[in-house]
Amino acid sequence: MLGRTANGLFWMARYMERAENTARLLDAGLRIALTRTGDASGEWESVLNSAGVAEAFRANGRQATAETVADFLLRAPESPSCVLNTLRAARDNGRMVRTALTRDAWESLNAGWLNLRERLSAPFTETDLPEVLSDIKRETALFRGMFYGTALRNENYSFARLGTYVERADNTSRIIDVKYYVLLPSFSRVGSSLDNYHWEAILRSVSAHRAFAWAYNAEPTPVLIADFLILNKKMPRSLAACYQEITHHLGLLGEGAGCHKSACEIAAMLESGSIDTIFAEGLHEFLTDFVQRNNALSSAIATTYRFIPD
Amino acid sequence: MKQSQSQAQGAATFDEMLSGGDGVRPPYRRFRNWLDGQEPARLLKKARDAEAIFRRTGITFNVYGDEQSNERLIPFDMIPRIIAAGEWRRLTEGIEQRVVALNAFLHDIYHRQEIVRAGRVPKHLLVNNDALLPQMMGVTPPGGVYTHIVGIDIVRTGENEFFVLEDNARTPSGVSYMLENRETMLQMFPELFSANRVRPVKDYPALLRQSLTACPPERCSGKPVVAVLTPGIHNSAYFEHAFLADEMGVELVEGSDLRVIDGRVQMRLTTGYQPIDVLYRRVDDAFLDPLTFNPESMLGVPGIMDVYRSGGITIANAPGTGIADDKAIYSYMPEIVEFYTGRRALLENVPTWRCSDAESLSYVLDHLAELVVKEVHGSGGYGMLVGPAASKKEIEAFRDKLKARPGNYIAQPTLALSTVPVLVENGIAPRHVDLRPFVLVSDKVRIVPGGLTRVALKEGSLVVNSSQGGGTKDTWVLGD
Repeated sequence: MLGRTANGLFWMARYMERAENTARLLDAGLRIALTRTGDASGEWESVLNSAGVAEAFRANGRQATAETVADFLLRAPESPSCVLNTLRAARDNGRMVRTALTRDAWESLNAGWLNLRERLSAPFTETDLPEVLSDIKRETALFRGMFYGTALRNENYSFARLGTYVERADNTSRIIDVKYYVLLPSFSRVGSSLDNYHWEAILRSVSAHRAFAWAYNAEPTPVLIADFLILNKKMPRSLAACYQEITHHLGLLGEGAGCHKSACEIAAMLESGSIDTIFAEGLHEFLTDFVQRNNALSSAIATTYRFIPD
Repeated sequence: MKQSQSQAQGAATFDEMLSGGDGVRPPYRRFRNWLDGQEPARLLKKARDAEAIFRRTGITFNVYGDEQSNERLIPFDMIPRIIAAGEWRRLTEGIEQRVVALNAFLHDIYHRQEIVRAGRVPKHLLVNNDALLPQMMGVTPPGGVYTHIVGIDIVRTGENEFFVLEDNARTPSGVSYMLENRETMLQMFPELFSANRVRPVKDYPALLRQSLTACPPERCSGKPVVAVLTPGIHNSAYFEHAFLADEMGVELVEGSDLRVIDGRVQMRLTTGYQPIDVLYRRVDDAFLDPLTFNPESMLGVPGIMDVYRSGGITIANAPGTGIADDKAIYSYMPEIVEFYTGRRALLENVPTWRCSDAESLSYVLDHLAELVVKEVHGSGGYGMLVGPAASKKEIEAFRDKLKARPGNYIAQPTLALSTVPVLVENGIAPRHVDLRPFVLVSDKVRIVPGGLTRVALKEGSLVVNSSQGGGTKDTWVLGD
């Protein structure tokens, strides 16, 4: 297959994953803001930080409220990673690799884009927000389902999956990092249970507040939550689960390339790592290092498979 | 009974469904019976359904300079354009003769120019003509084929009157609409296809692939590797490029995917570079090779012309075929056909005045209000004057342009193009149409029974171009 096609599939999948995660992040923020008495602006600040756009948001003196944050994350033209721009990029990449997608997958991508572009064309109020967010989640899920259900399990499929998991690993690690201070022993003693609001915010941003209870059958503690999101392979958005998929798909694409080695090293580190060691050596340092290695892997994949001319 | 004015006009225009002795022409009889039994409201609903399908599928074209809604639908009208078996046979004989002549002409122009020596085509039409590529002089393309894909635009004015309006010998587009229109009709009205013997068009991509594969370059070893070259997703016909590559099962490449290595044009795969043998390019000559043509071009492949000249790749269509569909050359097509085939042209040309000729120019200037005047190198319906539809002011403005550069224009009588009914809010109404069959030239000539029917949706309009408010119809060629 063409290197450019691999590139298009990889980024199409990354952008779709990003759009979905942004909607989920905003959904969690909204939920917290609604259920929490008092000032919600701290929570909105976290949401903006997790999305990596806090500075851009503040640039023209915006005040963080449900509506301003939602507008910035979903549709503001000047916000490069807003859902509207992210979906456009996903769709442009999909259109570029049209011949590598099944008709079903392409039509759901295109129809989803047309529908959401319409939905996000005008500003909306806080009242509309839950419906808008559920539309975004539904359209991205529809596309994922169509792609998963119809794609040949060949290299096209693997490049798209790689994009999904690289992006997901990045998003999950940034969500934990933004909240890492509440997971630190200085904030609440190790082993003690967290303030409801904090753990709920974290777990909801990865749609796993129920799943956690099922998986651990225990009150959420900082250590258990970190373990769940970083090391637990049963959790589909954990770093370990993402890297299990990444090494699997790189393996299918062929052995021996440079990017395989670094992916396997990261996977092994997550496989053998213990949450106690991670806390002992510093959660924030661990996550910063992970985000860097994950980015480096993304570039290494692009080079190995000739995404762009050298 | 006295004829009213509108009836008199109606009588002058040939309607392909209704101009029969007993009211309906034979190829349309079964269709007409079916149509009479349809609820107009149901048909209109189907029309909206069809539009939704086109939009969801992304069957759109981009309009240059239209940033806001830059992906537009080409309106699709659901009443088919029906061609009888005998009519089609006649057309294909004429078309085949014409494409053979076009290829012989191109070979001659880029070699000995016998036709000029014989005085049948004046030399001045070739010198200083940008469409003639000096880089192609003396080059013989693989298999001697210049125009692998041709779209011949044909108009009809009566029961037995067909004219060629234009030969599209560069990169004719629209074939994806021929295929998708049929697909849509099959989905919406399957009953029509059991009642009428409509010849299928779905083989076109397979035939295209066969035809391209049958023209490998000298240095090809083994099964030829075919690819489609597109300028990218912002090109107006991108949908078609992706569609054809997908249907043929070949890579859709952009200039940035290609590089000349070891005297071959190679595409960058995830596993390394692979040579391409046959490149169906949908990039204009000027952008094909920045080393040879437009140095600013980012769409082409630096060095591809050297590879081409040394037998390392087949480029379809060959560079330089534009000289054959130049509108000034067009007026010589009857002579060209006769010169190379030894027979009179089976398909007629529209009578054409060359404004470069002083006598013709003065006639044209005197009759601007009746004529259609076109730019010699123009396309897409831009830059033309339709005299009968133009205001006095527009005519006068055009007169100045014409006087300033007469050699840049040709003029033709305003033909009473045939009409086919279209679906409108309160029933059906006649609209003018043309026809573009797609012709594949290689080891032999292949023509799919069908084509693209373009229809001017505005009442009375003669301009069928999609960029000017034209739509399309499914085109049926009936079996014997």
